Amino acid sequence: MIYKLVYENLKHRPLRTLLSTLVIGVGVTMILTLVGMSEGTLNEQRKRARGIGADIFVMGSNSSVIGTGTASMNEGLVKFLESQPHIKVATGTVVHSIGTLKSITGADLDKFNRLNGGLKFVSGGTFVKDDDILIDEFYSRQEKKKVGDKLTLLNRDWRVAGVYQPGNAARVLLPLRVVQDLTSTQGKLTMIYAKLDDPANTEAVIAQLKSQLQDYKIFSMEELISQYTTNALPELQVFTKVVIGLSVFFGALMVFLAMYTAVLERTREIGILKSLGATPGYILGILLRETFLMSILGAIVGIGLSYVTRWVMMVLIPATFTQEIVYDWWPIAGLITMAGALLGVIYPAWKAATQDTLESLSYD
Amino acid sequence: MTNGAIIETRGLKKTYRQGDMDVQALRGVDVQVQSGEFLAIVGPSGSGKSTLFHILGGLTPATEGDVLINGQELRGLSEAGRTELRRTTVSFVFQKYNLLPTLTVRDNIEIARDIAKKTGPLDPAFLKALDMLGIGHRLDHKPRALSGGEQQRVAIARAIVNGPAILLADEPTGNLDTENSTNVLGVLRDLNHTIGQTILMITHNPEAAAFADRIIEMRDGRVVKH
Repeated sequence: MIYKLVYENLKHRPLRTLLSTLVIGVGVTMILTLVGMSEGTLNEQRKRARGIGADIFVMGSNSSVIGTGTASMNEGLVKFLESQPHIKVATGTVVHSIGTLKSITGADLDKFNRLNGGLKFVSGGTFVKDDDILIDEFYSRQEKKKVGDKLTLLNRDWRVAGVYQPGNAARVLLPLRVVQDLTSTQGKLTMIYAKLDDPANTEAVIAQLKSQLQDYKIFSMEELISQYTTNALPELQVFTKVVIGLSVFFGALMVFLAMYTAVLERTREIGILKSLGATPGYILGILLRETFLMSILGAIVGIGLSYVTRWVMMVLIPATFTQEIVYDWWPIAGLITMAGALLGVIYPAWKAATQDTLESLSYD
Repeated sequence: MTNGAIIETRGLKKTYRQGDMDVQALRGVDVQVQSGEFLAIVGPSGSGKSTLFHILGGLTPATEGDVLINGQELRGLSEAGRTELRRTTVSFVFQKYNLLPTLTVRDNIEIARDIAKKTGPLDPAFLKALDMLGIGHRLDHKPRALSGGEQQRVAIARAIVNGPAILLADEPTGNLDTENSTNVLGVLRDLNHTIGQTILMITHNPEAAAFADRIIEMRDGRVVKH
């Protein structure tokens, strides 16, 4: 019976219920979107790392696995690596950041293509002139650029020479020498990739390289991919924590306002229930159940909205962020916002439960 | 309790604080109501009849004096004890009906059972009373769809569904026209006669009071006429 009363109460004020549910839902969406972005971005990085086709990755000690950092390795290291047993081809890149999680990559495309069989062009082709630039499909879609269009980056105008399928190292490719000149890193590299004659030799080659190159980070493909955890995205981790805090705060605030108003509006009804012998626990139970139900509805709405944010990202910024749906976080996000909502109902529920029966009955 | 009285008050006093003034609402009230009796308390506004009603229903404590309800002394009863009293022993019918607007008639009655933790089929005596109340065809309607008379009959049904020892009615016809008033008062009298429901009704209307077995009159916080 109490659930029927709870349901009827929520139905009786549809707009308030809708707004409260929506605010709780937005909290859930914010959490799921942030977590989904972390996971999506990392998975995208893993996919692109695999797409390079290298067996061994070498980077400077101050570079991060996300692919940024200064170009600190000497280019001569490529030749040294190619002289080592089992290494079939080695090539280096310079990765230059152009904003949050955005970068351009300078690559020796001829050698780069030998790692993975070459870029798969959707339209156009490789570099012809020094002001040619290659972009992947996601970047093309996000920036609305196609072959022949002008693209301004690093204070220079470039001509889009080719658009290639994503999942292949970088979003934006320029000739290695051009990037080195532009970023004053002549003779330097950010990352070196090596392909072996047989992947089975990976461990042995890494062991041998580590003994000779002690100041460098040297990873196999699997080791590199295992580094792609949320620890590699500290900014997003902090942001996610902030969003969780805000979700709890605003969820609690909204539920507080909604339930406080509800308690005031229903003063007389609470008095009626008390005149029938309802205990403070019974009254408390009604309001807690209402909040619980709104939280459940909010969580469902929030999960639904996280699909919307994923779609929006896919349409508007596919090259910058990839959002995944992280099912494991559905109950976590739901519980976090529910905790906020229950926090918000404590005072109104206490007020209702301890209201004087006689005063409540005379309330108009 | 003396002479099998279900309600007994001795030297009952109630003083309210209103601003800087103490207002003596009850100045020593002695009342006895026998089980199965239909008693009407009449008196002008400010006579203290509503205050007496609230004390007997456990809605507010007395300042001084004794109150025995069904053998239970109310003095010193905690809020939880008074809540228990309302759940098990006394029930109310108010002038403004006080139905829950979001629930149907059926659910307004059910919620009283739910609060009293009663499950299972309805008591045969209540089913008989429900027939008398004539609201069987309105069970799935919400209060706003009912006339004032119907709403008051629902309130009576809700008040007696748990078989309380005492039904307290505060101006039950105050918001009704003559026809509905007669109807509701007739129902209260029938409940009293057929199932022996003890009823204490407060009214300022002598015609309504005439439906009771006995009338007492209050004035200035005292019983002036038994």
